[in-house]
Amino acid sequence: MTVPRLARKAFMLLGLPIILVAVWWVASAGSTSPFWPPLQTILETFPATWTWDRIVQDVMPSLARLGIGYGLAVVIGVAAGTAIGLMPRLRALSEPVLEFFRAVPPPVLVPIIALFAGYTGWLGKIITIALGCLWPILLNTVEGVRGLEPVLGDTAKSYHLSPWRRLVFVVLPGASPRIFAGARQALSIGVILMVISELFGANRGLGAAIVQFQRSFAIPQMWTGIILLGLIGVVLAALFKAVENRMLAWYVGQRQIERGE
Amino acid sequence: MSSSPPTLAPTRRAAGPRPRRRGRRTDAWLGVAGVFIVLAGSELLSRTGIVNPDFLPPVTEMYASLFGLLGEADFWESLWLTVRGWAIGLAAAMALGIVVGFVIGSIPFLRAFTNSTIEFLRPIPSVALIPLVVLLFGTQPQSAFLLVLYAAFWQVLVQVLYGVADVDPVARDTARSYRFGPLRVARSVIYPTALPYIMTAFRLAAAVALILEITAELVIGVPGLGRDIGIAQSSGNVPETYALVIVVGLIGVGVNMFARLVERKALWWHPSVRSETP
Repeated sequence: MTVPRLARKAFMLLGLPIILVAVWWVASAGSTSPFWPPLQTILETFPATWTWDRIVQDVMPSLARLGIGYGLAVVIGVAAGTAIGLMPRLRALSEPVLEFFRAVPPPVLVPIIALFAGYTGWLGKIITIALGCLWPILLNTVEGVRGLEPVLGDTAKSYHLSPWRRLVFVVLPGASPRIFAGARQALSIGVILMVISELFGANRGLGAAIVQFQRSFAIPQMWTGIILLGLIGVVLAALFKAVENRMLAWYVGQRQIERGE
Repeated sequence: MSSSPPTLAPTRRAAGPRPRRRGRRTDAWLGVAGVFIVLAGSELLSRTGIVNPDFLPPVTEMYASLFGLLGEADFWESLWLTVRGWAIGLAAAMALGIVVGFVIGSIPFLRAFTNSTIEFLRPIPSVALIPLVVLLFGTQPQSAFLLVLYAAFWQVLVQVLYGVADVDPVARDTARSYRFGPLRVARSVIYPTALPYIMTAFRLAAAVALILEITAELVIGVPGLGRDIGIAQSSGNVPETYALVIVVGLIGVGVNMFARLVERKALWWHPSVRSETP
């Protein structure tokens, strides 16, 4: 790649973000409004606010809960979704029920889970995250398994593949584009629930910390929390994309060929 | 580009008749049976005390409480506030997302220039804004509006961008050689291509908007059903908590059905819809 093209690419990639940050910096520079502190102040308070101690105490547990809950949702969602997708009768039986549970906005689960598990420990929070993430993964897996190319199934049958091999080599890979679509939706829901689950009761965690800053009117600190949360969202999305690109490389290539690119 | 598998999946379905499709009526009856099994099962769990009835009251009690609510003016007021907040936020997000998407999508420079920023802003969880909107608006409906707008806007924008990018180059060139003005191009070339994507955006955004509306009510205390759920739970009225959750779930089902209906009506000419009707 030649230097001008590289420069152009860098400009396209970084131009607008730099402009936006610069505008924010300049516009907020002399700000005396308590709600909109200067960006400089926010950045200066960042290292003081998110010390190593706080990261270990607040951020790590939040991310761990997200990881456990999300992992549970993926395992249960794919397993149950494959079973339901492979059995038409089971699907017909469970479809209206699943539609209802999917339509319930996940945050309203919080008060109900609070009844069962209490909301001071990890358990309630993990259940909240897992339950919220489960439905998009489950329903997309069902659709993915159901929409499998019939020729693939017939071929596997005529080669007398054992049910297990059929599952591992035909069904799951065939459904994986839809599974990933569901998992991506679930990830953003999971981040939302990670934050919301910490807003109830006296708690520690990233979401709880941000709200405590807000309640004690530590506004620059609150802004650093918002920025950190945003960064976590961006990093998680990038990680997801990297995994997806790796595991779905065959599918991306296939689609490109279909579109004649 | 590869990240839109949920869109328009039906077009990829094989055109041939599906083998041995059982009757729709059997499926419907099985569905009813499934609902009945779940209701009866949870009633049984609660009545026999396997699950503590303080936590999971019998379904019949939940519905008794639900019917009690139907007679209260406060309930209808909350329902109206929730639905209104959802509708206004969704409408604003749709309008903004479509206009911005059309403008950015049809100018290649803008599209390349904004790409990194959109990819960066989109995954920022909207709940990160909760402390900010609380400071700005407190428990007024504007708090919920901002959260709903932020969350739903990105859904719409990204889908519209995919849709505009999907325009057939031949159609675009034809329009250009006929010297269509930009408005005419937008109306008769870009719009029909982007419409299926806009409908997908509507479906996704409608669900997200409801989630954020309820979240704002539950967490911030914006008046509406979400706040009622919080109040019912903290005052120990368990059947009413469940009753309200059921109502919210039914609203969610209604929202999904409404979105699919709109999609069907608006896209009656599109192959993805036409191939579905037998």
